[in-house]
This record gives sequence, C-alpha cells and structure tokens, in this order.
Amino acid sequence: MFGVPLPAILGQLMLGLVNGSFYALLSLGLAVIFGLLGVVNFAHGAFYMLGAFAAYIGLQFLGVNYWCALLLAPLAVGLLGVAIERLFLRHLYQLDPLYGLLLTFAIALIAEGIMRGLFGASGKSYPVPDILRGGFNLGFMVLPIYRAWVVLASLTVCGLTWFLIERTRLGAMLRAATENARLVQAFGVNVPLLVMSTYGAGVALAALAGVLAAPVIQVSPLMGSSLVIVVFAVVVIGGMGSIIGAIVSGLVLGLIEGLTKVIYPEASNIVVFVIMAVVLIWRPAGLFGRE
Amino acid sequence: MMRKSMTGALGAFLGLYAYSQAAAAGDQIVIGDIDDLSGVYADVQGQGGVEAANMAIADFGGAVLGRKIVVLSVDHQNKPDIGASKFREWADQNGLNMLLGGSNTGVSIAMAKVAAAKKVPFFAIGAGGASLTGADCTAYSIHYAYDTTALGNGTASAIVKQGGKTWFFVTADYAFGTQLQEAAARVVTANGGKVLGAVRAPLGTTDYSSFLLQAQASGAQVLGLANAGTDFSNSLKGANEFGITKTMKPAALLAFISDIHSLTLQTAQGLYLTTAWYWDLNEETRAFGKRFFAKMHKEPTMTQAAYYSATLQYLNAVKAVGSTDPDLIMAQLRKSKINDMFTKNGYIRADGLMVHTMYVMQVKTPAESKYPWDYYKVIKVMSGEEADGSQPDPACSLSKK
Repeated sequence: MFGVPLPAILGQLMLGLVNGSFYALLSLGLAVIFGLLGVVNFAHGAFYMLGAFAAYIGLQFLGVNYWCALLLAPLAVGLLGVAIERLFLRHLYQLDPLYGLLLTFAIALIAEGIMRGLFGASGKSYPVPDILRGGFNLGFMVLPIYRAWVVLASLTVCGLTWFLIERTRLGAMLRAATENARLVQAFGVNVPLLVMSTYGAGVALAALAGVLAAPVIQVSPLMGSSLVIVVFAVVVIGGMGSIIGAIVSGLVLGLIEGLTKVIYPEASNIVVFVIMAVVLIWRPAGLFGRE
Repeated sequence: MMRKSMTGALGAFLGLYAYSQAAAAGDQIVIGDIDDLSGVYADVQGQGGVEAANMAIADFGGAVLGRKIVVLSVDHQNKPDIGASKFREWADQNGLNMLLGGSNTGVSIAMAKVAAAKKVPFFAIGAGGASLTGADCTAYSIHYAYDTTALGNGTASAIVKQGGKTWFFVTADYAFGTQLQEAAARVVTANGGKVLGAVRAPLGTTDYSSFLLQAQASGAQVLGLANAGTDFSNSLKGANEFGITKTMKPAALLAFISDIHSLTLQTAQGLYLTTAWYWDLNEETRAFGKRFFAKMHKEPTMTQAAYYSATLQYLNAVKAVGSTDPDLIMAQLRKSKINDMFTKNGYIRADGLMVHTMYVMQVKTPAESKYPWDYYKVIKVMSGEEADGSQPDPACSLSKK
C-alpha cells in the first residue's frame, strides 16, 4: 500500500488506535458539555493540562501515586470546574454561545499563564508506574504496556459515560433538562445542580485524560492548547453534542492520522481539518449529529 | 471655542509627549530583547535572558558615556511579523541602540532585515539557523552563541567517529529543523556515514511514536533529533518508551540544560549534545551560575550566558568608541577579541558569526551526578574553527570583501 511495508502499516494502525482513544476520551467530555449545556468549552485543553499537573504535583509534593491520582486529580480539577460553572459560566447561559467561548478561552489562557509561571515552559517529567513498564512484542512492533492500558482505560470510561447518559434514569433526566429545563424543574428536579455537576463531570473527564497522558508526554503548560483544536475538530466531525459520534470519530480520526504519518508526514497535523471540511460540506451537522 | 481650546490642549500635549520621547531616547542607552517569553522556548532564555542582560548592565555600572542604560523586552510569540514590527517600532520611537534576539530562527531572519534597514546592531542569540550568517546575513547582525553548523560538527561528528555510521532524522518541519538536519547530514556523509532517511514532524507535535517507528524500521544505528524544546523532550521520551533507545543511539542535535533538567537524568542519560557554554566548566562560569541561580533558582542555559556576554561586549564597544554610532560600534566589535566568562578569544568573522570554542558533552547517568545540576561531562573541546569552519560562509554577501 503506497509502497509502505505491511508491518509499518500495522504498527501505525496500532498507534492510531492509541491516539484515537485519547481523542475519544477528550472529545467525549467536550461533547457532554456541549450537548447538555450548549457551552463551547475552550478551556477543555487547559483542564486536561491541569489534570496532568495535578498528578505531577501529587506525586512530587504530596506522595500521591499514579493510581490514586487517576481518581484524585479528576476530582480536584472537576471541583474547580464546578466552581467556575457556579461563579461565572452560569450567568452566560441566556446569552449568545460566543460569550461562553470567550470566557472559557480566557480561563484557558489564565491557567496556562499560571502554570508557566510556576513550572516553566519546558514542563516536567512524570514517570511511568512500575507495574506498567515494558512492552509486548507484537512481531511488527513493540507495544508499550502503558499505551495498551491507556486504550483499555479510555474505552472503558467512554463506554461507561455513554451508558450513563443514554441508558440510565439520571441520563434521561439530563437529556430531558436540556430539551426543556422548565418542565423538568417543575417535576421537582434541581436543574441548576444537574447542569453544574455535568460541567464538573465533563471537566473531570478532561483531567482524567491528562493523568493518562502524563507519563507519555512532557507535562507542560502548553500540552492542552496544542491538542484542544484537534479535539474540537473531532467533535465537529462526530456531530456537536453527540456522545457516540465523539467516541467513534475520535477512534477513526486517530487511525487516519496514524496512516498519514507514514504516507505523508508533513500533512499529519492538518489531515483532521481537511476531513472536517469535507464532512461539513457533505453533512453540516456532523456524521452523527441531528440536523 | 470649547472645541478650539480642546484641540490646542491636545496639540500641546502631543508636542510635549513627542519631546519627552525624544529626550528619553537622547539621554539613555536603550537595549531591546525580543524573545519567546511564553511559548515552547520560554525556558531557553525568556525572563532569564532579561535577567542576564540586566546583570551585565549592573556589572558595567548601569551607565555608559554618562547615559543610563535601560532594557526593553517583548514577547514575539514565535511570530516573525510581531518580532520585526516591534523592532521597527523601538528603532523609530524609542531610540533603540542594540537588539538581543531570542529563540526562533524564523523570527530572527525577519528581524535581521530590520537591523539592516534601521542600522541597529542585532545580536542573534537564541536562534540556531546558520543562514543568519549565510544567505540572510547583514552588516549589522552578529550570530553570537551557536549555530546549526557547529551543532552538526559537534554532535554528529563525535557520534560518527564512535561508529554510529547510519542515521535517521526526526526533524522539526521549519527553517531551524531543516538547516540543522542538513548540517548534521553533511557531517555524517563527509565522515563516511550514511543517512538512511528522515521524517519531518510538524512543530509542536506531542506524539512522536509514529515517526519513531519509522526511524526504527529504517534499521539505522543513530536517531538524529533535529528539533528543540518540548519537541525534543517528547521525541526522546517516546524513543525510551517504545524501546527504540535499545537498538538506536539517540543524538540530541540541540538540547539546552533546561531540557535536560526537565527530562531528568533517568531519561536523558548517555545523550551526546553540543553546547557553547556550561555553568560547571571553570571558576568563572561557576561564579556566574551562582549569581544567576540566586535570582532565577535555576542554572543558566548557554544562551542566557550569551545574553550577559553580548550585552557586556556591546557596552564595552560603546565605551571604547565613545559613541553609539552603529557603524563605529560594528567596526569596533569586529576588531576586538571577546574575552569574558562566556568564551575566551572569540572573534566576529566577516559574515557576522562570533567564532568561539564549543563543547561536545555527554549527559551523566544518575549515579555519576554528584550534586544538583551536575549534568554534563566534557567529551571534546572544539575550537571555533573546528566548529564552524575557518572560512566565512560564501552564501553571505559580506564574505567576498
């Protein structure tokens, strides 16, 4: 295929799956927030970065190991998200979505600035936990155990989130609240609380992705801003607000990007946007979006 | 009537403002710093660069020719247009006398053109691209700290001579990365080695695994990393994770001590790299390192040390010629030897390159490192001519004179 040997293609597909599961996890949080709150959360990359830093700070200064960080970092960052929703975002729901975008973009810049002030631009290293070191030899490549764990963890979390929103009573209430908040409130459901926790949960998902990424890439203040644009494209391709769309397009785009890196590497950072343009011409609401 | 007096007041105010600006320019020596203060390269010089320049000014006594020395600083955000327009603005309105240029070859090439147009001495320090003293040279630019040619001659030749004959490059896809790869590839082939392939990764890539697998599939012995900053950190981390460092020897074509510090010795150990300066070379460098550390809480990078040196050498030249005339100063700089804690017997070549000693280093293992920031051991000391060749770059129009 394109003069590239088969083992190389297999290797790249495997890596595409790893990256795709990252995209899926990140775009899932964005899709949840957009679908249920109608907020274009530009701070998503910053929360992802803060999740990674929370894990780093926990390990360096508080002795919190990786496994506890997987739980505690999303919790801490999620609470920050809740506070931001309560203090700022809540007042913008009645306005044009542009205001939410501006607010979250500002939050992202502030968070990046603070972390750069504290930790510098070149970032910090987070060690891979001992039990996940080493790799499986697949014949065509060595797959680090840690990457396999990332795929497993992301897919599990994606599945659980999908189940929670689409198949449980709580999820049904959430979806109803987005359709008609007043009516749901009349039934005695505390809608503002529901919305606040949804934002917190979306933010926590970003932070979880940050913890998962910390041992793989340099924990740096700019790690989120380079990723968030791609993740937005993934969400747009999947259909803004569609949970299943975010998961599927995350995985598929990871695979396509992986292949691009062998066939024409220079295009690897634009291929997602080219696909986005094509999809928007053909289906303006995205692959899984409702018109 | 009201409107008339308002206009008059405004006019008077503007006149006064213009006068105060001109006065400020006249009785001060203005040194500018245009650098990446917030992006991926902000740890290479950034605030530390400004601090180093201020240290040089303080050591000089804070004034020259009876005029106070001030520093202006701005973030170019890695955008050539911002760098060039800020430089122009300072030259036109703030009486800029000299410019220190930070990271990013692309920005520095744009700023060199302004230096020539405005006749302001320009010390390119953070940028590596050798074209700054080649095709992009000007009569007012000095490439001060290091360039891609020296990096190639240092790291690549040390590794080829140790038997690393076949190379694969992972290259940052912009001016700096491609110039660095070219310089290294030239050295590899000249020493009987072979380049098996290269892949150009977009600047700011976080996941290098695909590129690294391609490098591994090539069967090359050496993995040449022609990138810098977080790109370098992430590609090296990936190479460790995928077990590629077991079969290939990684070569850092540009790494700063700030990178090694953030990667930790565990990941960076054994790496070869080329540097113009290291804080732990001798008494003088240690003394500077200590003073810098007291302010910034980290050891200076080679380019931060160069910021100090360039500022000091400029002020020495101003004092020697007794004027800030750019042509007199450039002539003075070109004829004097540079001797300070940054380098000994450095000199500025016809094409504007400051020729000076460079060091090939190897990163210590955690066991070898005895105290904080004890990161490098010297593998080889290269004379300036060995690092950059004995002749000025023929691509530069100034070389022919």
